[in-house]
Amino acid sequence: MPYKLTVNGRPATVDATADTPLLWVLRDILHLFGTKYGCGIGSCGACTVHVNGEAVRSCQTTIAEAAGKKVTTIEGLSPDGKHPLQLAWQEVDVPQCGYCQAGQILSAAALLAKKPRPTDADIDEALSGNLCRCGTHMSIRKAVHRAASMTPLPVVKPAAKPAVKPKTGGKK
Amino acid sequence: MNRRDFFKATALIGGGFALGLYSDSETPAQAQPPRQGPPPLEPSAFIKIAADGTVTILSRAPEIGQGMKTTLPMLIAEELDIDWKSVRVEQADVDPRYGGQFTGGSGGTPSGWEPVRRVGAAARALLIAAAAKEWGAAEADCHTASGEVFHTATNRRLGYGALAAKALAMPLPDPATLKMKDPASYKIIGKPTGGVDVPKIVTGKPLFGIDVHLPGMLYATFHKTPVLGGKVVKANTEAVAKLPGVKKAFVVEGNPGVGLESGVVIVAATWWQAQTARKQLEVTWDEGKWASYESKEHFAKAAELLGKTPARTVGKVGDPDAELEKAAKVIEARYAYPIIAHAPLEPQNCTALFKDGKLELWSTSQIPTGGRSGSARVVGIPESAVTMHLHRAGGGFGRRLYNDMVVDAAWIAKEIAGVPIKLLWSREDDFAHDYYRAGGWHHFKIGLDASGKTVALHDHFVGYGENDRFVDSGGVGPGEFPVRTIPNYALGLSMVPLAVRTGALRAPGSNVHAFIFQCLTDELAHAAGKDPVAFRLEQLAALEALPGNQRGMDIERMRTVLNLAVERSGWGKKTLPKGTGMGVAFYFSHSGYFAEVVQVKVSAKKAIKVEKVWVVGDVGHTIINPVAAESQVCGSIIDGMSQMMAQEITLAKGRVVQENFSEHPMVRLNEAPREIDVHFHKSNNRPTGLGEPALPPILPAIANAVFAATGERVRTLPLAKSGYSWG
Repeated sequence: MPYKLTVNGRPATVDATADTPLLWVLRDILHLFGTKYGCGIGSCGACTVHVNGEAVRSCQTTIAEAAGKKVTTIEGLSPDGKHPLQLAWQEVDVPQCGYCQAGQILSAAALLAKKPRPTDADIDEALSGNLCRCGTHMSIRKAVHRAASMTPLPVVKPAAKPAVKPKTGGKK
Repeated sequence: MNRRDFFKATALIGGGFALGLYSDSETPAQAQPPRQGPPPLEPSAFIKIAADGTVTILSRAPEIGQGMKTTLPMLIAEELDIDWKSVRVEQADVDPRYGGQFTGGSGGTPSGWEPVRRVGAAARALLIAAAAKEWGAAEADCHTASGEVFHTATNRRLGYGALAAKALAMPLPDPATLKMKDPASYKIIGKPTGGVDVPKIVTGKPLFGIDVHLPGMLYATFHKTPVLGGKVVKANTEAVAKLPGVKKAFVVEGNPGVGLESGVVIVAATWWQAQTARKQLEVTWDEGKWASYESKEHFAKAAELLGKTPARTVGKVGDPDAELEKAAKVIEARYAYPIIAHAPLEPQNCTALFKDGKLELWSTSQIPTGGRSGSARVVGIPESAVTMHLHRAGGGFGRRLYNDMVVDAAWIAKEIAGVPIKLLWSREDDFAHDYYRAGGWHHFKIGLDASGKTVALHDHFVGYGENDRFVDSGGVGPGEFPVRTIPNYALGLSMVPLAVRTGALRAPGSNVHAFIFQCLTDELAHAAGKDPVAFRLEQLAALEALPGNQRGMDIERMRTVLNLAVERSGWGKKTLPKGTGMGVAFYFSHSGYFAEVVQVKVSAKKAIKVEKVWVVGDVGHTIINPVAAESQVCGSIIDGMSQMMAQEITLAKGRVVQENFSEHPMVRLNEAPREIDVHFHKSNNRPTGLGEPALPPILPAIANAVFAATGERVRTLPLAKSGYSWG
């Protein structure tokens, strides 16, 4: 049956059975090949995408579950390929074979959206669901920190000034 | 080398030129010869310079994550004297003219270093000759920079694009007089250079074999025999063919001679439909001779054999039996390592179209020429009727040396002629149908004299094999370090059968021999009451003093990297807290010299935290691309850690038990070392490869560190069998 969803900001209607994984809708129906198949059981994270801003495994998300939601894939992470993570990944030269990296970047993007300045422990926790068979682990940690450093922290408005200026020279 | 034919220029459509290479490249040291054999070397096109000055460099080597698609073009661009930013790189298709389109054995750098740079230098010489002729000047009065030829005295200049067509008409330079750059003037070689495909990778562009998409394409799944050599007796293909989306379902009888297994193919409009239909398959198999194979029975058999007289003894020196009889002390140590899978992250796939007697393939492969010849054989057409486009592979690790997925796709394409089909194996298919790294067992008897010196060693190796032949990549060579330094030794061999195919896994042989013999070295050091580093240095000196070859190992190079690793890690100079220990190991493989020191902290619950790894490697005088080189080393460390902790393939009822990553785990980010210190010692030797040699020492270095931290000597892989995990 037809399902409607938004993929990378564009409306899409796809005809598939309810149990079809979002992964295969993206790849074989919408021809967005950046999202990768690695294990089919949610074990490797190569198929990670964002659904309504949350990082999910698209091999474990059915089209019925994704219907009506906003899906972001690596192709739609930024309009020009210049998301800080995409820039940092190039600067650090993270990929070896590169197959897992879209999933790594999507997991990292979800992390940075919540924690703009993650610690090593934050990064390890957020990305441990993403396997890298080539072992680019050290570069991934480095690139996530680098991307974080490229993004200005949200400006926190200073607290409103006190209505009455405290007197100077008073008793302490 | 046939000098007359060294260079050959061929015209290209569009007024540019292409320069070919004709060279007998050396066989890379210790490369595992591909089973299909390399093709004869013929001229090939590496460089295209368009009239507008655009330079395209073709990379002949398959890219599997080892970085050759960037490294080889860097070599050409350097000698051509162009700016790296102006270079476009294309993957060359499979073509016998390229000669040696092969990725394996860490051979890309050693086989490419000299001949590939010569291609660039020759092209530059032709461009200078063309410019000199244009100006009526002497070639010696011209120079190049950033894609232009200059007349030095007058500063006249011509771009390579304007010269390309004229350069093609110039006589080819004599290779003997070809001028290569002074390394001091390198602008590209030795500079950290990002992978050429990385911008596409981070934006999700289709690049990999699995991303191939053709109009009208159908998807295939291949339900193969779960037991090696099994055959389909009957299957409900008619019923399955009626399921949603399914276009065709058929039985494949199989052709073991060309690597085609028996099974049932389902072709559907989408791969998910094919996989969904597969659940309705009902197949009756003739499971053949391995139907009742159980790993545990063969483990028991191996254990029994280890305690008996070997079936055969090789490499005997002195009289180890007599010396063991009279030794002051005898140590017995039994080592074991399991069968493991390659499991590259991109599952096996190949897209194929059979039309009008011709086959077109879109695939990944480490030895694509083998896929081309194998698919021609299975379909029954001449190899000249097969076109193969090569795609970036989502990892190789040796798995893609075997072209079974290409042969499968060719057969399926023939059955559904005129329609392009993409065959994709599921991850479960990949785990069930690998060419696994073979397992094995060693039983050592070591005789020590009263001073603790090792005087005799007997090694009984039990490996997988039959009829006096070990399975592919499943044997052991005599004389692993430090065996030759022991005055009396012998290697006994016995076998147990195996019901799966085996093959080369990254650093084949070395990935287990290093573990066994570098842990054994540690045991001997402790038995002699010596520091593991000091003992190794003594044994290296003892080996150096022996006559005969050292299995290709330059003792001085190994001593140097070991000493540097000791220095950088502060070995022996630190006071470590309880539960923390340092381990050391070195290994020579694939022409590379690596010494590694590890510091681990082991918890009471046997959780191992790898706090730091120090790696010192010697792979020659030049590190072509430092950023990629360091990445290969770090990847090797993590790959080795994955291999040693929990990976094991076992069989029950002839079937592989492990189906997915959850049962054959890899190191995850939270388990990775906190820090890896990588140092390359630049020795005065020609550059060699880096895909493999950093891997072997990490397994024994960690096991030796665990011993230092806990006093427990773990001799069986994976470590999880002894209760360990990564902390």
